[in-house]
Amino acid sequence: MAEVTHLGEKRYKGAAVVEEAKEQAVFERDYSKYDFKDPTDRYEYIGKPGLSREVIEEIAHIKGEPKWMLEFRLRAYEIFLKKPMPTWGADLSAINFDEIIYYARPTDREARSWDDVPDYIKRTFEKLGIPEAERKFLAGVGAQYDSEVVYHNVRKDLEKKGVVFLSMDEGLKEFPDLVKEYFGTVIPPEDNKFAALNSAVWSGGSFVYVPKGVHVEIPLQAYFRINAASMGQFERTLIIADEGSKVHYIEGCTAPVYSRESLHSAVVELIAKPGAHLRYTTLQNWSNDVYNLVTKRAVAYEEATVEWVDANIGSRVTMKYPSVYMIGRGAKADILSVAFAGKGQHQDTGAKLIHAAPYTTGTVTSKSVSKDGGRTSYRGWLKVAQGAHHAKATVLCDALLLDEHSRSDTYPYVEIDEDHVTVGHEATVGKVGEDQIFYLQSRGIPEAEALAMIVLGFMEPFTKTLPMEYAVEFNRLIQLEMEGSVG
Amino acid sequence: MTDRLEIRNLHVRVEEKEILKGLDLIVQKGEIHAIMGPNGSGKSTLAFALMGHPKYEVTEGEVLFKGENILELEPDERARLGLFLAFQYPYEIDGVPLSRFLLQAIKARRANGEKLPFGEFRKRLLENLKKLRLDESFATRYLNEGFSGGEKKRAEILQMLMLRPEIAILDETDSGLDIDSVKIVAEAVNALRGPDFGCLAITHYQRILNFLKPDYVHVMVDGRIVKSGGPELAHELEAQGYEPLLRELGIELEEGAQRPSKEEEKEGVA
Ligand SMILES: Nc1ncnc2c1ncn2[C@@H]1O[C@H](COP(=O)(O)OP(=O)(O)OP(=O)(O)O)[C@@H](O)[C@H]1O
Ligand SMILES: [Mg+2]
Repeated sequence: MAEVTHLGEKRYKGAAVVEEAKEQAVFERDYSKYDFKDPTDRYEYIGKPGLSREVIEEIAHIKGEPKWMLEFRLRAYEIFLKKPMPTWGADLSAINFDEIIYYARPTDREARSWDDVPDYIKRTFEKLGIPEAERKFLAGVGAQYDSEVVYHNVRKDLEKKGVVFLSMDEGLKEFPDLVKEYFGTVIPPEDNKFAALNSAVWSGGSFVYVPKGVHVEIPLQAYFRINAASMGQFERTLIIADEGSKVHYIEGCTAPVYSRESLHSAVVELIAKPGAHLRYTTLQNWSNDVYNLVTKRAVAYEEATVEWVDANIGSRVTMKYPSVYMIGRGAKADILSVAFAGKGQHQDTGAKLIHAAPYTTGTVTSKSVSKDGGRTSYRGWLKVAQGAHHAKATVLCDALLLDEHSRSDTYPYVEIDEDHVTVGHEATVGKVGEDQIFYLQSRGIPEAEALAMIVLGFMEPFTKTLPMEYAVEFNRLIQLEMEGSVG
Repeated sequence: MTDRLEIRNLHVRVEEKEILKGLDLIVQKGEIHAIMGPNGSGKSTLAFALMGHPKYEVTEGEVLFKGENILELEPDERARLGLFLAFQYPYEIDGVPLSRFLLQAIKARRANGEKLPFGEFRKRLLENLKKLRLDESFATRYLNEGFSGGEKKRAEILQMLMLRPEIAILDETDSGLDIDSVKIVAEAVNALRGPDFGCLAITHYQRILNFLKPDYVHVMVDGRIVKSGGPELAHELEAQGYEPLLRELGIELEEGAQRPSKEEEKEGVA
């Protein structure tokens, strides 16, 4: 597997031969469109649409949570009610909170072996290739189906070293003190309306703890699947990378197509202790009726590195701005965000860099592609606080428009309260050149394929940070999106 | 009859300006033709028009290849029919590794469902890279990105070797190549030589022709072939330039269209 140590590094040599051969093998595989659904009549519990104190109490009761968590939920609910809907960003007017199902429990237990997962759910994850990926190249897997994590496992050798990879619910049961200490500290419910909503009704997600000095060399993966119609999925993830540790967490998300809106509103909190290296990769491929409103934030202590690698291909609307608070001297943040917006989609994404300590380095690379009237926005916030001298920040936004109906905007906000800093910002909007298409066509590659190749090439800075298997899958997804795009 | 590229009375317009003004030429498989001509006479325009660049509008005439009127085909269809163009100025495609690109191009030209064993592809690629003195790392480098001028030209020939066309148009592939590279490229073309391969080599210099030994040499001036002959014609031009020939034919050049500048001549042999 390709191990790329730094984002943006070119992967010229290395084990190119082996990699290409593997790439070829996966390339030939036929991917279905992820659009299949299971009936919900075998669910253990499925809530009625709508949100109230009672719904929240019911969730907490079913889960058997400690009192402090119920109090946290109810406080968050009050905040959610008080906060207005955001009026900036994407159009959220189609969301009707009364029509959403806030909690659905497909099974009563979380399995540690795929054999213990109910057959119909297991089949779904098999179609998505999860058990196979786990056997081949993952350190641990969590699989969430609507509200609950139905499967969770981590390799024994890592478990022995003290690596914890559990569902958030199990984490709360097994490590109540650790969870209580950190839960909601990076993103409090007050942060925004959807963080408050998540805090009130959260279910599932991952809890990861990597002990001091432990390096997890291959990725941990979580897979999120929405199955039921009108479902709201509110997973909550907390990752703590202790001093000098290293971990790469990958999440993937899909859902079948319904004609009604679904809501996915996650909260992800990352804590990178001094010298830790934490990479969080998202491959978001929700169906085009999902509203994806996610709050992701990391805190990086001294000499720690946090990397957000975020790809948004699916959903109707995504609003997501991964951020890193660099609070320790020499902390580093690397945010790489790619978005693809096709017909009827709005990807409102971006990044926030907060330099709150000296000698901190932040990099943002945003790449977006809009097609068939799709819309992408880059929304960024760059702050250098007083005292964060010798901070260095670079923001690079490239947008590619595939036709005249599509749109891309950039909204960069910059706030610098310190003198000795280096800040760079660059934004470009481009179209695919006729000459380049012709060049590829002159080698026998049809126009649509040529266009897809150029788009994939444009996104290569993202793709090459992925383990090869994911890179190939990502390329395949983009190709599917591009199919039939030339008349 | 079916094994040839036949250009009849070709008129091509670019940006509202007529560049090719009734060009006739037949390239039979098994033959090597050279086209020479002053800067701006329309050589690259011919190459682009044959390959089907959307900017180059054919207003009159026809081009038959294997008996088919290829002017109605998309560039990729022409390529799959067996036509190839080595670009005078190859484009850079960011983020697309050379090998992935080649693999896709080869796949595109295979009959439905026919599989290419990856090992065989890889072996051929490495062989051809070696032949053209390109390091293995070029396979994973992005297409033409950061390639030197000469490396780009050799990469075009690499593509030709991998795609095995029936008729290849080489647009000044020798310009910008060092002396050894000219030889390497010519040898690569000669290796394809045979009854199933024809070549139309556009060039300003004798050097590559010494290796290619063309069957025919054509002189193009102002959008037409004004003279055709054997290899000796190229020698004549090399020795005397275009002026005596133009005088003999009574042709006056428009402004902007001249023989290669000193600069470019140097480039050709540097
Ligand atoms: N895309 C284009 N846009 C505008 N003018 C063009 C274009 N392509 C060619 N021309 C014009 O057509 C004429 C012929 O150009 P062409 O490139 O075919 O010449 P050439 O014979 O290949 O010259 P050289 O030996 O310098 O390569 C020139 O006057 C050129 O400026
Ligand atoms: Mg030319």
